[in-house]
Amino acid sequence: MTDQSYNFAYLDEQTKRMIRRAILKAVAVPGYQVPFASREMPMPYGWGTGGVQVTAACLMPEDVLKVIDQGADDTTNAVSIRKFFQRTAGVATTEATSEATIIQTRHRIPEQALTAGQILVYQVPIPEPLRFLEPRETETRKMHSLEEYGLMHVKLYEDIARHGSIATAYAYPVKVEGRYVMDPSPIPKFDNPKLSDSPALQLFGAGREQRIYAVPPFTRVVSLDFDDHPFDPSKAPHDCDLCGASESYLDEVITDDSGGRMFVCSDTDFCRTRREAGHAGRLGEAQFSSKKIANSFEGICPPTGDEA
Amino acid sequence: MTATLSGGFRDAPTQSARAFRAILDALSRPGTIQTLSGPVTPPAPLSQAAGTLLLTLADATTPLHLAGDLDTPAVRDWLTFHSGAPLVGAGDAAFAVGTWDALLPLSRFFIGTSEYPDRAATLIVEMQDLSPNGARLSGPGIDGHAFLSLPEVTAFAANHRLSPLGFDCFLTAGDRLAGLPRSTRVEAA
Amino acid sequence: MYVAVKGGERAIDNAHAFLAEERRGDPAIPELGTAQIREQLRLSVNRVMAEGSLYDPDLAALGIKQSRGDLIEAVFLIRAYRTTLPRFGASRPVDTGKMTCTRRISATFKDAPGGQILGPTFDYTHRLLDFKLLADGQTPPAAATAPANESPLPHITGFLDRDGLIQPETGNAETPPDLTREPMELPAPRALRLQALTRGDEGFILSLAYSTQRGYGRTHAFVGELRIGTVAVEMEIPELGFAVEVGEIELTECETVNQFTGSKTEPPQFTRGYGLTFGQTERKAIAMSLVDRALRWRELGEDDTGAPAQDEEFVLMHADNVQATGFLEHIKLPHYVDFQSELELIRKLRTEAIAARTEAAE
Repeated sequence: MTDQSYNFAYLDEQTKRMIRRAILKAVAVPGYQVPFASREMPMPYGWGTGGVQVTAACLMPEDVLKVIDQGADDTTNAVSIRKFFQRTAGVATTEATSEATIIQTRHRIPEQALTAGQILVYQVPIPEPLRFLEPRETETRKMHSLEEYGLMHVKLYEDIARHGSIATAYAYPVKVEGRYVMDPSPIPKFDNPKLSDSPALQLFGAGREQRIYAVPPFTRVVSLDFDDHPFDPSKAPHDCDLCGASESYLDEVITDDSGGRMFVCSDTDFCRTRREAGHAGRLGEAQFSSKKIANSFEGICPPTGDEA
Repeated sequence: MTATLSGGFRDAPTQSARAFRAILDALSRPGTIQTLSGPVTPPAPLSQAAGTLLLTLADATTPLHLAGDLDTPAVRDWLTFHSGAPLVGAGDAAFAVGTWDALLPLSRFFIGTSEYPDRAATLIVEMQDLSPNGARLSGPGIDGHAFLSLPEVTAFAANHRLSPLGFDCFLTAGDRLAGLPRSTRVEAA
Repeated sequence: MYVAVKGGERAIDNAHAFLAEERRGDPAIPELGTAQIREQLRLSVNRVMAEGSLYDPDLAALGIKQSRGDLIEAVFLIRAYRTTLPRFGASRPVDTGKMTCTRRISATFKDAPGGQILGPTFDYTHRLLDFKLLADGQTPPAAATAPANESPLPHITGFLDRDGLIQPETGNAETPPDLTREPMELPAPRALRLQALTRGDEGFILSLAYSTQRGYGRTHAFVGELRIGTVAVEMEIPELGFAVEVGEIELTECETVNQFTGSKTEPPQFTRGYGLTFGQTERKAIAMSLVDRALRWRELGEDDTGAPAQDEEFVLMHADNVQATGFLEHIKLPHYVDFQSELELIRKLRTEAIAARTEAAE
């Protein structure tokens, strides 16, 4: 049920028009950061105000919304943002990646391949890939306009000189359609290959920094690298301890105070779907119902007496 | 006067949201043809698709240029009443709407600056018909290639060569809409 | 057997209930009313209005109550509310020359037409805790009042203006950009800089101003005039064809007089810095005028000494406490995924480094 005291999807129509125009220009110039007059939202900057504004400008009543944070549907901020849109837009929500028409995410791209007609909205803290090399907006804007990305290559090369490989593990810079260097938001570099040639539309919103950018479907996105040091989207050499998946990105969980560790899929929908299909990992067992995992606390629980 | 006041969105928040998604789909998947069949009924000769697009995106902050035969008192009054967009000459326009011939020469329209390519104009080209054949399109948004009945090839190919500068286009016919951003490569089929 | 579990929604609901209970405190103590906050914590209310960019003492008081006295949180509540308000139009520029002053002082002239009005200031209080305030219910005796000065007080800088001793500020018919409706674009015109400063964090602006006094972009400021009082807000009503008064607001205005040695084209002349804030917020207004003056180095042909207060981009991008606190505090949100990627990288680099060292040792 929509809260009648707010406009559909919270933002007023003039604000939505402004954001919609910015989104369209972002689509027309892939990878370029379009300035927009970000509004103060009823949640703090840093909590996803850019993503929330982009989602609000895109939502229509028929949408099915999925919200994830760190790949999980049940992290507190994902829960909070999902609730915000349930309240202000009255849209249906889902945890199933395949059922969603819009997915708002922080720090992950879902494991399951996205499809045409889906929109993935990223929450972005620092949209400028050159920011930590050059703090001034006036300078980085010039660099993008002149396609002057030497500084970035120098930085990556210095990594190689010092460490033997590129020491960037997340927010790994990419080049879009051979033109703009873009920050893919703090996703692990493991996710970078999914940015390229996706059938889905990818939109990026940075509220505090007032920028929107886009990667249209079927757009070439290349992670920066060198011929002798090719990009390596590796992840921890483990399988998921709950569902046994070998190809998913993993969270590391400390299970005791004597060095015990377990690795579990960060994408909770992916992991649950696998377990419901009968897969089991080192420490888990196949789940044929998801009821058991609802209504407790967030996290991973060791076995308890009443778990039968 | 009633013609001026009527024909807008009846429930703007939800109807403009649906219209925007069709517009977004059109621009992010060049070569696809979307339908804007909402409640918007602009005065002739403005098409339903062009009228819906303008009511969805234009407002007092977006200068609008009406080219050629579209610049009638009825269209002016209707757009002014429903969008509040100030009517301007081609060079100052954020949005421009007209037939292909009326929009020429295209050099009149702003293509953005190298630091702010987003400030380029958006052209809405009113067409007799739209069909998925004609010029060959490729680039972002297109899986391989696509075809679209463009009014000509050379102008769009030249516009793409300016990329990341350049104008962006929507093509409209009746309630149908296609998008052609500057990022699309256009060749004769 | 381990299972993934969740309960984020219930945890949030419980946290909110706990927060509400903590806000109220001991129920045996009478609840604080927003009217009490508005009347008795007025300087907090003023700060929230100034940095919230919304002149509404009742809502500011509500924000302070709801935020348990966390003024940045209260500013945030006000901002989030403000952004949803429809815009009916813009007022005419207020005329501070017609201000009904409760306080008006000049540090540059011992006396001037209109005189010095000390007003309600802490300036000469001895900072001794007043234990009488521990006992409640004391209404202080009425202060002696002079008849209100109804004739407008001329601006002190006007006297310097008349003699050509201070750089004239020329009016500008252009509508200034609205920081809250358009994205910040740099370099910023002075009107935009002043908007950012007046809603900027008091502590940040204060420290920047202080740094200029200590030599980081020194501008040798004198407070030419500090005035606090009420001004009328007028709006043109197109249907009527004239302006009507829609209300009255309290403002603090500070104009500093700063040294200027002149340039190749200009004989020596004073220059000014300007501060204007909602309510009685004089620390902020004075600090704002110093930072404004420091930021004007380019237009006044001064050198960029590399001082933080001269750096427009640094000042404007970091003055907003709602932005700053959001980004600062967001690092407490889950970052498992990016941390995990760093963890793996460090392990990999360490393994390689240790292997290389072992190899070298062999």
